[in-house]
Amino acid sequence: MSGTLLVGIYVFVLAMFVGFEVITKVPPTLHTPLMSGSNAISGISIVGALVIAGAGNSPVLIGIGLVAVILATINAVGGFLVTDRMLQMFKRKPDAGR
Amino acid sequence: MDAPLAIQLTYLVSAALFILGLKRLSSPVTARRGNMLAAIGMLLAVVATLLDRAILDYTWIIVGLVAGAAVGAVMAQTVRMTAMPQMVGVFNGFGGAASGLVAAAEYLQRAPGSPSPIDADVSILAGTLIGAVTFSGSMIAFGKLQGLVSERAVTYPLQKTFNFLLLAGIVAVCTLLAVGDVDAAVYLGMVGGSLLLGVLLVIPIGGADMPVVIALLNSYSGLAASAAGFVLSNNALIISGALVGASGLILTGIMCRAMNRSLANVLFGAFGAGAVSGGAKAAIGERPVNAAEAADVAMMLAYARSVVIVPGYGLAVAQAQHKLRELADLLGKRGVQVKYAIHPVAGRMPGHMNVLLAEANVPYTQLYEPEDVNPEIPNTDVALVVGANDVVNPAARDEPGSPIYGMPIIEVDRASHSVVLKRSLSPGFAGIDNELFYRPTNMMLFGDAADSIARLIEEVKEL
Repeated sequence: MSGTLLVGIYVFVLAMFVGFEVITKVPPTLHTPLMSGSNAISGISIVGALVIAGAGNSPVLIGIGLVAVILATINAVGGFLVTDRMLQMFKRKPDAGR
Repeated sequence: MDAPLAIQLTYLVSAALFILGLKRLSSPVTARRGNMLAAIGMLLAVVATLLDRAILDYTWIIVGLVAGAAVGAVMAQTVRMTAMPQMVGVFNGFGGAASGLVAAAEYLQRAPGSPSPIDADVSILAGTLIGAVTFSGSMIAFGKLQGLVSERAVTYPLQKTFNFLLLAGIVAVCTLLAVGDVDAAVYLGMVGGSLLLGVLLVIPIGGADMPVVIALLNSYSGLAASAAGFVLSNNALIISGALVGASGLILTGIMCRAMNRSLANVLFGAFGAGAVSGGAKAAIGERPVNAAEAADVAMMLAYARSVVIVPGYGLAVAQAQHKLRELADLLGKRGVQVKYAIHPVAGRMPGHMNVLLAEANVPYTQLYEPEDVNPEIPNTDVALVVGANDVVNPAARDEPGSPIYGMPIIEVDRASHSVVLKRSLSPGFAGIDNELFYRPTNMMLFGDAADSIARLIEEVKEL
């Protein structure tokens, strides 16, 4: 087993623990923004897609990379914007003057 | 891939920002800033990657980024809150597809027939499989939520056996690919099989169980990103994927506990596929119910001391959340104490009702969980049920033979009076009759939720 893979496994396991700790503190009222927000974060695969698309190895690979870039960007941009839109709506008191 | 130190460190900062951002989601006060922190983290990671010398050709990348950002922004701004589950489903699917494509590109860029190391292969194959299942599963979930695909649990003979064999077959093919040499044709076959598996796994799940499926697919898209991270030896991907994976798993667990069904039962139990035989009971619609007029209900609500509102998916379908808030405000001005009781699996997604009500300007301090509301229900004058069904069915508490037995409910039947707003007496997804309807303390107000509430508002104004 290569060293990088082993470190990767360490990182993965530790990150899962951090994830559990952080996310169990999110109240049910915010579960939908949590889903859309964490979903946006999974758009980090855009980083991998950029490398694939940018490596310029062959038209097929560039094509695959391009599709991946587009999908991951939609995921990330759309996800963060929609989460922001939802979070704007959560208020303690009703708007004055409605 | 050994990226320069500066880029690795930037990825670490991004991951830290993701974690800090998620931490701020623990309160509505700090949540919005948390989302922005995470978005900044994403931007940093993208910029750092673009500055990486390993990227040779920028033209297509710019096209992709701009196109994706535009589409994502338009979708985010135009989606209606009631369609949020579909949107999350679609984004999920895209994320899974992107991760799967990254893994696929890594595999396909090897020369056919060349030997490949096993540990790299495992990551690639896992990433492809999870990404493909996430994509096709999410698309079916979207279809079910949008009404493009049957919302009912679709079953056919030997379904579970076939799914199991398909999965076993895929795993077998993966093992062959991992141990053997590069073979693009077999690999693509495996991709096709994975896509099929995603479809077949989600098809048998009924609409009311969608919250669990969406949460689970959310988790898968994270795991797919992590797998892509192993493929590219990119720790930002691994960490982010793990965070999202954990988040999805926690939500899935919460949903399952809220329904008191195991995950296996939800995924493989084909809940609600056929009519449920309930022993020697009269057919649905044959027992008498108290059908009320809007004027009667309005009087009860206006002179109550305390009212508990229980919203459900029907509220979303009828788009009645704004009218409901109007009614609640009217009652509040008359000195009635109004609370909303939100069951975890009400709606089609975790937190669905909360978002709908927030959109209608209901302060989140008026939203309560079942365990906070149930003890006070016996002292509540009126419980108003809008579009919710199984979550207020006393059979879950009282009848061991019922399919929903054991599921924690909002005990509306223990209030002094209850009013159920419903279109007709037809049963919900579980196909079970709701015992609440036949209680002497219950009244039915038949009609579309938005129309009924509008009538109630008019009547209350005249009192």
